[in-house]
Amino acid sequence: MAERKLQKKDLFQMFLRSNFLLGSMNFERVQAMGYCYVMLPAIKRLYEPGAERNEAIQRHLEWFNTHPWCTAPIFGITAALEEEKAAGNGIDGNTISSMKIGLMGPIAGVGDPLIWGTMRPILAAMGASLALNGSILGPILFFVLINIMRIAIKYFGLTIGYEKGSDMISHMAGNTIQKLTETASIVGLFVMGSLVSRWTSINIPVVVTRIADADGVIQIQTVQNILDSIMPGILALILTLFVSWLLKKNVKVLTIMLAIFAIGIVGYALGILA
Amino acid sequence: MNAIQIVLLLVVAAITGIGSVLDEAQTHRPLIACTLVGIVLGEPTTGIILGGTLEMMALGWMNVGLAMAPDTAIASVISTILVIISGQGVGEGIAIAVALAAAGQALTIFVRTISVFFIHRADRYAKEGNIRGIEIMHVTAMSLQALRVVIPTMIVSMIGIEAVQAFLGSIPEVITKGLQVGGGIIVVVGYAMVINMMDLPHLKPFFYAGFLFAAFTDFNLVGFGALAVCMAFVFIHLKYSSQTVAVSRVSSSYADDDLDG
Repeated sequence: MAERKLQKKDLFQMFLRSNFLLGSMNFERVQAMGYCYVMLPAIKRLYEPGAERNEAIQRHLEWFNTHPWCTAPIFGITAALEEEKAAGNGIDGNTISSMKIGLMGPIAGVGDPLIWGTMRPILAAMGASLALNGSILGPILFFVLINIMRIAIKYFGLTIGYEKGSDMISHMAGNTIQKLTETASIVGLFVMGSLVSRWTSINIPVVVTRIADADGVIQIQTVQNILDSIMPGILALILTLFVSWLLKKNVKVLTIMLAIFAIGIVGYALGILA
Repeated sequence: MNAIQIVLLLVVAAITGIGSVLDEAQTHRPLIACTLVGIVLGEPTTGIILGGTLEMMALGWMNVGLAMAPDTAIASVISTILVIISGQGVGEGIAIAVALAAAGQALTIFVRTISVFFIHRADRYAKEGNIRGIEIMHVTAMSLQALRVVIPTMIVSMIGIEAVQAFLGSIPEVITKGLQVGGGIIVVVGYAMVINMMDLPHLKPFFYAGFLFAAFTDFNLVGFGALAVCMAFVFIHLKYSSQTVAVSRVSSSYADDDLDG
């Protein structure tokens, strides 16, 4: 039997298909069919039609769920393992399945907070702050930057994962992950802090004092003026910390949002909020 | 709206619908989706501003594990159409978008449940070694996610402008203005969700530092981002370089010994 090896173009096919990983996301096996869809070019290359190929297809239709971008190295590693198995190097199907399941958790544990929790909110907030002034640069900046990062993660994750195999994960262990997480958290927290102060609008126009100044002009001082003179955005800060605490107490997001809208309507009706 | 605009809107709806399940290119985020609808309807600026407003509100909406975030695809596309064709303000847009996001979430959960049927078909094809069959199942399930946004968009596009205006006009001012007030405040929910995502107590001071900088300086957000990256590098360097410093001290003391000896 001729030796069967994955070609560069197979890996590229897998990369292209990995952009559609979540297409068939469902509540029974989540990313299973998407995972299989990405693996098919490799399976086709490595196995002749027959029992062994069908087994490989079924192996990748198992329950799978992790961060969609960070699946890339897992694809690379499983492709390399399938290649070993097809070459008869003593790797069995269970090894491949358990490797997949074993990588799922740690990868989601890094991808969710780093990408969904930090990278996207920060880029989106930057884009949105420009967009609020009607600048087309806002959406363009967000779209281009986030997609450059995404494609880099997906392409290099897959190819390096394939070349290095599971060594890649041991290389990543140690300080690297923690440094990455801390860097992202610092940037995320700092930017969120600035958003709380600058891009939240709470206004309490309740008049506290009316004083005629030296020129006889009446100076109106509202609750908001007083708060702003103490510290601009102090109410937003208190509210953010309060919501953060509520979320930790497992209060539903939608409940909090409805409550805030209700406060908005009642507050506006009573003239307390504007 | 003319026929070409309606066709283009449906294309945008399909792209954002698929984008929403894939979570790859981020076309379903309000910042992108609203802008695209604005461009199609000839009012890009309205689309961009509404997109920016909704994006701020949705910053913390993310799919983690099996939890579904409220759906930004339907919310962005339809609210932008309604705001533009009826000439309403951003306040009305926010109100409509929040309701639509909840409806879209229910719809996507429905489609993700239906998709279970396709994976069972795929199981059968796997036993037969029918690769093409599995691919078709995957793509069909994905197309349903496109239809999930396309069909509601089509219905909204078919309703006359008068009907929409009459509906939106019937909402009392105290509600729309109140929702607008609420919309200004509701962004804190997104911030809180993001903060909770990276809740490391020893890094919390960076949150307060960001707050103080924004309160007392004129930096824009790009400036804050750059400043934050600089601080993060300094922090990481100080925290993790102590070991290497110790090593180099040791080796230099050996060098001294050699000279003395």
